[in-house]
Amino acid sequence: MKIKLLYFGRPRENLRLSNETAELPAGVATVADLLALLRARGPEWVGELAENRVRCAVNQELGALSAPLHDGDEVAIFSPISGG
Amino acid sequence: MNISIQTADFDLAAELAALRTGRAQIGALVSFTGLVRDFSENGTIGNIYLEHYPGMSEKALEKIIIEANERWQLLGVRVIHRVGELHPNDQIVLVATASSHRADAFAACEFIMDYLKTSAPFWKREQTEQGAKWLDTRESDVERAKRWDKQEDTQ
Repeated sequence: MKIKLLYFGRPRENLRLSNETAELPAGVATVADLLALLRARGPEWVGELAENRVRCAVNQELGALSAPLHDGDEVAIFSPISGG
Repeated sequence: MNISIQTADFDLAAELAALRTGRAQIGALVSFTGLVRDFSENGTIGNIYLEHYPGMSEKALEKIIIEANERWQLLGVRVIHRVGELHPNDQIVLVATASSHRADAFAACEFIMDYLKTSAPFWKREQTEQGAKWLDTRESDVERAKRWDKQEDTQ
């Protein structure tokens, strides 16, 4: 399945990436699975995408890291929100 | 449009006038303006940088306003959130609510602000003499937002 990935806040800045398209291998069924896959990219990714440091939205709805993924989803990964 | 996400500053008096003008059923107009402080636990603030998730941020604010309208008798709502680089004393956010009576306007204004803090996708990076730091969601903000959940449960 293919998804659109967006990054905001701290991970966007530190990973120097704001968006990408990702083709997910079989077995990547949730946001948590996706984070595990991304952390394999290197130590910088391990640090930035630690489960206690990131939040996510799937198709522009805040969700738990256990949220399931579907083909064509827009998945955003970001640091805890801090507006207002 | 009652939601704006913009880099430009806003004129509080002009926004409130636009909300009430010609609508004599409004008896109460409440507004909250959030400002950039010059201090934080990290030191003296030089500037802050705000970013948002275009598309989702508008949707999230819209959802909060819809919920406020379901809970209280409102005659108008205006929300402005600034993004980009801001400096101490700058205005960051405006929430204004109009109602026939003050109780609904007060409660809805506080509710919208509390929910905005915990469910609208905005991020703040603070620049102090210690360096730049992306802020976390404050636990006290999460607690404030939860109070409204509890109230709903007991209704």
